[in-house]
Formats: sequence, C-alpha cells, structure tokens
Amino acid sequence: MDKTVKAEGRSIDSAAPRETQSAAKSASRGRAKPPATTRLGVAKTYKLYINGKFPRTESGRYFTVVDSKGNIAANMCRASRKDFREAVLAARSAFSGWADASAYLRGQILYRVAEMLEARAEQFVTELKLMGVDKRTASREVTAAIDCLVYYAGWTDKYQQVFSAVNPVASSHFNFSILEPVGVVSVLTGQNSALLGFVEAIAPVIAGGNTAIALAPEQNPLCAISFAEVLHSSDVPAGVINILSGYRKELAEQFSSHMDINAIIANSNDASEIKIIQEQAANNIKRVIIRTKPIAPDPYQIIDVQETKTTWHPIGG
Amino acid sequence: MAQMAKTVVMIAPKPDQAPRVDQVGVDERVARFRSRSIKKASKVEALNLVLSQIDLTTLEGQDTPGKVRQLCQKAMRLHDSLPDIPHVAAVCVYPMMVAEAKKALGASGIKVASVATSFPSGMAPSEVKLEEIKLAVGLGADEIDMVISRGKFLEGKYQEVFDEIVACKEACGDAHLKVILETGELGTLDRVRYASLLAMQAGADFIKTSTGKIQPAATMPVTLVMLQAIRDYYYDTGRMVGMKPAGGISKAKLAIHYLVMLRETLGEAWMSPDWFRFGASSLANDVLMQLQKQQTGIYQSEDYFSKD
Repeated sequence: MDKTVKAEGRSIDSAAPRETQSAAKSASRGRAKPPATTRLGVAKTYKLYINGKFPRTESGRYFTVVDSKGNIAANMCRASRKDFREAVLAARSAFSGWADASAYLRGQILYRVAEMLEARAEQFVTELKLMGVDKRTASREVTAAIDCLVYYAGWTDKYQQVFSAVNPVASSHFNFSILEPVGVVSVLTGQNSALLGFVEAIAPVIAGGNTAIALAPEQNPLCAISFAEVLHSSDVPAGVINILSGYRKELAEQFSSHMDINAIIANSNDASEIKIIQEQAANNIKRVIIRTKPIAPDPYQIIDVQETKTTWHPIGG
Repeated sequence: MAQMAKTVVMIAPKPDQAPRVDQVGVDERVARFRSRSIKKASKVEALNLVLSQIDLTTLEGQDTPGKVRQLCQKAMRLHDSLPDIPHVAAVCVYPMMVAEAKKALGASGIKVASVATSFPSGMAPSEVKLEEIKLAVGLGADEIDMVISRGKFLEGKYQEVFDEIVACKEACGDAHLKVILETGELGTLDRVRYASLLAMQAGADFIKTSTGKIQPAATMPVTLVMLQAIRDYYYDTGRMVGMKPAGGISKAKLAIHYLVMLRETLGEAWMSPDWFRFGASSLANDVLMQLQKQQTGIYQSEDYFSKD
C-alpha cells in the first residue's frame, strides 16, 4: 500500500487484485458484474459547532491540518467573524437558561459529558495518536479530560458555599456577597494539549453558569471538534458551548472586540496577541484572563468568570 | 377599470376583479429578493432609510403615559453616539395615549399614529369605530391605523367592509388612513390581494399587513402581493397608495430585504417614509446596532442601546 491510499483510507483486503481479474473476465463475456474496487475510507468532515448544530463556515473557506507524518489529516472549516457573530448570538440566547439552571442540574450535565467522553475514549486516543502523541500519553490525556469534567461537575453546587460570604459591616445591615456568572465568555485555548487543554479551559466556564465560544487549537483541532459530538449527545443545551476552528491570528481580535462578550480567556504566551486582546477588550471593559501556562483544575478558575454581587439588607431598628 | 373607479366609487370591487395569485411564483420571487447582497455604503444608506420609515410602536394593555413619553423621547433621539441618523417617521399608540404622545413629540416633525376601530379585533359596531377615529383625530392623531372587519370579509359581506372603510376615511378628515388587513386571518394570498384592492378603492392612504397581535404577522410573500396590488392600482388609477408591513420584522437584515422588494416592485418613488413604513418596536435597536457596527467595525451588544 502506498502513501496515497493510506491517506484516503485503508483497503479492505488483499483480495482486490484477484477480483479485478475476474471482473475483467466477466466484462469480456458481456455480463455486467460490479467491478471490484479498493474501498475508500469514509473520512469525517470536521465542522463547526454553533447553537447545537454542526454548520460549515458561512465563508466556505477551509484549511488543511496535517498529521504527525505530514499526511493530510483533515480539511477544517476556517471560521469567519460572521460565524463567530452567530456563535455569540447563540451563546447569548442560551445564557439565561443555563445561568438559571440549578447547580445540581449543571453538575449532572457535566457528569453526563464525562460519561459520554468515557464511552468514546478510544476515538480520542486514535485522534491524538494521529497527531503524534504516543499511545500511553494519549490514554492518559483522555482519562485526565474525563476526570476534569467530573471534578467540575462536583464543584457546580459547592463553589457558591465556599466563595460567597457574609460580610461584617459597621452599620445595621445584613451584608452578603454571592457569585453570579459574568455572561458570555470567549475562550482561546492553548495550542499544545488538544483535548485536555480544551476541556480544562471550558469546563470551569460552564460549570459556573456562563456560556462559551471556544476556538479549537489551530493546528491541532481534531479533538476539540470531536468533543462537540460528545457535548451534542450529553444534554448540554444548544448554544451553551460553541466551538469554532480557524486561524487564531484572524479570530483573536474578534474574540476580544465583540461588545456582547463579557469575558475572554486566552491561553497565550504571545506578547503581541495579548496586547491586541487587552486593547480590544477595553471597548466594553470585558474581563481578560490570560493564562501563560496550563494549570491543573481548581475552583479558582470558576471564580475567574464570576461576578460578585454584594447586598446590603437593612436589619434591626 | 379607470372609468369604473370614477363613476361608481361607492360600489365595492368584486372578488373576481382581483387577479389570482400564483403562490409558488410569489415564494420564488421573494427568495430572489432575499439573495441580494447589500454592503458598505449602500447598506448604511438602506439602514438610514429603514430608520426614517419606522413607526415606533407600543400597543399593549400595560402602556402608561410614562412609557409613551419614553418612547417619544427615543423616537426623537434614537442614539446619541450616532449624530447623523434620521428620526423615525411616527409613533404608533392607542387613542388614549395620543394626547400624551402629541405633547411629548412637540414640533419634532414626528407624526402620531393611532390605532382605532376597536383594534385589534375590530369587533365593534360601526358607530363605535367611527367615534373612536374622531376621538383620536380630535386628540391630534396625524394618522389612523384601522382594522377591517375580518369576520364580515370572510363571510363574503364585502360591500359592508368596503362601506365601513369609506366611512372611516371620511371620519379621518385630514388624517391619513392606514387600513390593516390582518393577513394572518385572511388565509390565502388571493384574499389578501382582493382585500388590498377593496381597501384601496375605498380610499385607504396606506394598506398595512397586520396588527402584530396575530401570528403570522407580516411576511415577505404577503407584502409582495400587497405591493403588486398597489402597483396595479397605480397603473389603473394613477393614485399612489402607501404600504406598511407590521409585526415580526425585528432584524435590520430582514428590513433591508423588504426595501429591496419595495424598490424592485414599486420603484424609487415609494422609497420614502411618505409611502412605506415599518410597524415595529425592536427593529430600531437592531438597525442602530448595525449602524454602529458599520461605524466602528465592532459587533455590538444590546446592553449599550436603550431598552424599549
């Protein structure tokens, strides 16, 4: 088998040449017999995930992702700013429902995502291996992603108790602070860890009742887009998580300038990109969270995208 | 036709005087309008035109004088960070709110439109309807949006419907009369076409799709049929009649599609607030957001535009 066949899919078996001979024979007798062929693999079309649907980019553009051996792994949708705009609309309309869902329900749904990821672990291992991760590391990464989801599923009905407060004040008020989700959060995920980094970036955002638009790692997007299929089968309401693939250089500015985005999380070490993000975010003073290196799951990442609401309630006389 | 309109003004046209409508053809035509791409400068021009054609509307049981004043304020000053935009065409309210709106709008040039004739159902005796119109006009309404009696229309009592519109037109005096067909209750495009003809012959200055209280409200196919009726009526009589789609047009993009349809059906002459209006409440904000986007290059959020 040469390289081209490998790129398109595997051949069914070694019987192919023999069948070709017999096909030629039957053709010479004038009888139609289906010609034997090498079966082409049915490759998956990786598309965007917006509002619970898998649309292609409205721009019709694509870019090519190559695997670790330099073969074409997939043609990815190269999302445009209009795709991003659609995703923001979806995230905005999903926000109130998701923020008002009970903490318990959000936990259940996150746990359900973990369940579905576990069931499809093999697929993610395969995709990671395709991109050059060795088998053991790949399995470890998938397991860690599942555990990360379970971890934040557990936190959904606990972070309020831990981080809310009753504040001592010097007047006759009952003064307390509670947390509320900031709203729609855009996420530029890190480039290195295709699945784990992605899950670690978005899980704390939605655990706290926000909705998210995430950009898959540019040259390593397979797992992130496949993860959309997991979300799709996990009771996550449409629009709560939207996933785009495309050029980060082109989209980072949109992710940070859109006035209907309330916070942006960027895994970035690129000083010029960080500068653009901070400048654009200043338009509506959205919250900017820059993460220069991967961090293990912790509840402070939920708090990063929460607003604190403090209430002064008069008491006594 | 022209001769008939002159000599027997008070007799309603017969249903067979209105041509049959080819629904498939209408849908195809509408699909074409929706595929036009309007960008950059033309888009800004279209958005400004849409703004100037809006009848900013509040027709709710919970309306208060305060809310009407607020709406009028918005009608006059749509968005301060966009200084070069026009004001809307009119504010549309219930008769009880006409005086308040008139006072609030002052000499701004924005018209006050009042619904009347037992809006939205039209289920009242003719005398009551005429009284209501006279009341609204007396309070200062510049335009009257009346509803036709759909019950009678569907019963086939076309002459009664016709006579009622004629009487309403008379009651309006100098005020403009917009006749609401409530196309969502008429059922077929054939009936829409006929009702349009009926209303225009009875003297309507504008014909309007819907009250906004019934679904479906304004749709592009229905509006196209009415525009075609206006065009044919213009060819027959030489009289221009205005058009007002209302209800369900809340996005700037859709409004621009309506303008494309207007331009390609009736032509340049109708492209003004004098001959075309949008009955809408949330459309204005979406248009403002698009204009702001054109100016800054940044997608906008509802949070930074006044609620209405």
